[in-house]
Amino acid sequence: MTSEPAGARSPALETVTSSVTASESALRRFLHGLPGVDQVGAEARAATLASRSVKADAKRQLIDLAISCIDLTTLEGADTPGKVRGLCAKGRRPEPDDSSCPQVAAICIYGDLVPVAVEELRGTGINVAAVATAFPSGRASLAVKLQDTRDAVAAGADEIDMVIDRGAFLSGRYGQVLDEVRQVKAACGPAHLKVILETGELATYDNVRRASWLAMLGGADFIKTSTGKISPAATLPVALVMLEAVRDFRAATGSQVGFKPAGGIRTAKDALKHFVLVHETCGDDWLDPAYYRLGASSLLNDLLLQRQRMATGRYAGRDYVTVD
Amino acid sequence: MVKFEYAPAPESTAVVDIAPSYGLFVDGAFVDPADGEPFKTVNPATEEVLCEVVAGGPADVDRAVQAARRAQDGVWSRLPGRERGKYLFRIARIMQERARELAVLETLDNGKPIRESRDVDVPLAAAHFFYHAGWADKLSYAGFGPDPKPYGVAGQVIPWNFPLLMLAWKVAPALACGNTVVLKPAETTPLTALLFAEICQQADLPPGVVNIVTGAGETGRALVEHDGVDKVAFTGSTEVGKAIARSVAGTRKRATLELGGKAANVVFEDAPIDQAVEGIVNGIFFNQGHVCCAGSRLLLQESVADEVLDSLKRRLGMLRVGDPLDKNTDVGAINSAAQLARIRELSDIGEAEGAQRWSPACELPDRGYWFPPTLFTGVSQAHRIAREEVFGPVLSVLTFRTPAEAVEKANNTPYGLSAGVWTEKGSRILWMADKLKAGVVWANTFNRFDPTSPFGGYKESGWGREGGRHGLEAYLHG
Repeated sequence: MTSEPAGARSPALETVTSSVTASESALRRFLHGLPGVDQVGAEARAATLASRSVKADAKRQLIDLAISCIDLTTLEGADTPGKVRGLCAKGRRPEPDDSSCPQVAAICIYGDLVPVAVEELRGTGINVAAVATAFPSGRASLAVKLQDTRDAVAAGADEIDMVIDRGAFLSGRYGQVLDEVRQVKAACGPAHLKVILETGELATYDNVRRASWLAMLGGADFIKTSTGKISPAATLPVALVMLEAVRDFRAATGSQVGFKPAGGIRTAKDALKHFVLVHETCGDDWLDPAYYRLGASSLLNDLLLQRQRMATGRYAGRDYVTVD
Repeated sequence: MVKFEYAPAPESTAVVDIAPSYGLFVDGAFVDPADGEPFKTVNPATEEVLCEVVAGGPADVDRAVQAARRAQDGVWSRLPGRERGKYLFRIARIMQERARELAVLETLDNGKPIRESRDVDVPLAAAHFFYHAGWADKLSYAGFGPDPKPYGVAGQVIPWNFPLLMLAWKVAPALACGNTVVLKPAETTPLTALLFAEICQQADLPPGVVNIVTGAGETGRALVEHDGVDKVAFTGSTEVGKAIARSVAGTRKRATLELGGKAANVVFEDAPIDQAVEGIVNGIFFNQGHVCCAGSRLLLQESVADEVLDSLKRRLGMLRVGDPLDKNTDVGAINSAAQLARIRELSDIGEAEGAQRWSPACELPDRGYWFPPTLFTGVSQAHRIAREEVFGPVLSVLTFRTPAEAVEKANNTPYGLSAGVWTEKGSRILWMADKLKAGVVWANTFNRFDPTSPFGGYKESGWGREGGRHGLEAYLHG
């Protein structure tokens, strides 16, 4: 069901990438030459957009879009094949007695459970996304990270969610971060790569912008805010800065990279705010599961409750959505 | 891919109750005019008549000034500061309680988007009352002597761009300092002032402390020239401000004037570009550009001019122009037919003088007064659109090469109300703030207001300051 994201690398992309990544110092100059982000201004803009009112048909349409953009996620140490099977069933039929309800975009799980999900989702069009590269901390050798990636791909993962090395980034070793992204991208083969910046650990919006560009230069198909293990995660200002980055990256290279906010998006209202941000920042080209995902678990049920309310005019109780 | 469209999200008008006609608010009650004539106030977004109000005549003004004098001598000047403060706190709280009503009424009468009246005008107006309520019992410590005194009766004339907020800027400090007031709201936007009169009644404010005489220029002139007025406070055009300055010259009257502006918004190459674009938009399209301190001259450093202009044009394409009551509207209606004619005239002159005009594709409603967000590129300091206050959603874009050139161009205007500086370099912000001849210099933001911050102009932008400790000086003497 998802169309192909960012296809072959364009000549413009090759030109930009090769010039700014020619050396460690060229890369540093480029990243530090990106326009700064004024914190107060970015937060004020996000707050203004959050006050937009989305009603009626617009809301109905966006709730269905949100469901179809969800990477339904479970990333617990306690995950079992049974838990993953349940999640897959939920992702296929979020609303068991309403076939007009779309299915989710992907099921996002740890690498060792990929075979279970692949089995459950065969023929559904739902992708299997695996977190890899010593998720969530990223604290392992490159060899381990690459093997982690290859294992997940070999087991049938369609998408890999990697984490960047925040330690390397914060100490200014941008070349190392870039190199890791590139090598993981190579290890992904046909699988799509989402690069998690873990913005909650990057501390400043300037860093978020630089890390976004770094990931995109390294070949990310998606940039993603957070692991969900660190708070704050996908705040609106962070999403704004990353959306500006994918927008500017496309303007510079012709290549459209997807965006995935993840962590802390729990209600339909939150999701709508994120869509408003997309619409007003980089436009409707991103309102498609090929270029936009919502990393979430509890969000789905709130979307379903809202969807039922739009249909019936009444709120249903918690027992009228399934828990899996 | 989804085509994202906002569904209409209109704020309900059920919360406001507009009477078919209003009298004048004198001595604590709504009264019929002595010699005033009725006129109609319209909703500029639809041209529908909202109600009938009175253009107060000289006898009406006289009656209001006398009521203010009695209240000043008999009650208000005798109250201790802490008691005056209680009334101001009460007014502020009632304004908050009735915030939605005030916001909807403001939007109906003025044409500004409900988002702005709801999130800016009304909360700031209440904040001005809260702030000055706090000053009322601390005036001895404000730096104007151990026992500063009010002037007496203040005659206050306010404009139509922020009707309630300008009322608050005028009334709150006057009352806190122990003056009584006669206020004349603008001809096209009297309704929130009349609702404020009701709030004064609700707060049990002693009769005569606040009097509201609606009307147009003639009523304002009668008020300003009335012998019983001790202090004149005016916000509006420089032309009228000059006439007021002439009329108070040689009298005992004190005057503060907050007049026009032609602010430079200066964007350096090291600016946070995305936020600068937001600031440019907020600087000139906030309140349809009906802002005396609007950033109407954009000065772009040549090295980033194209990049900023591209971003700005893309951003303007997202501006939502239309029904002011819709919660998603960014740009509302022009306040009056006369103002629309003025904006059209100056824009046509801009084109005739050779500047390039650009507006995003946007559909304007059939009825009402509307003007699309517009920017002019290729503008030079010699163009009239770079010199004269348009007071509408029209931005003139100029470029500069060096910081010194930016300062020279920014200051090259008879006005000096505000300016903006966009750069990530702190030292340059301080250097620019020092060199710019403007009452307010915003750094990496624009059109931000706070009751604690003094506001006012250099040169032809006016006399005196409003807000903050400095603003008290307009209503006190040592």
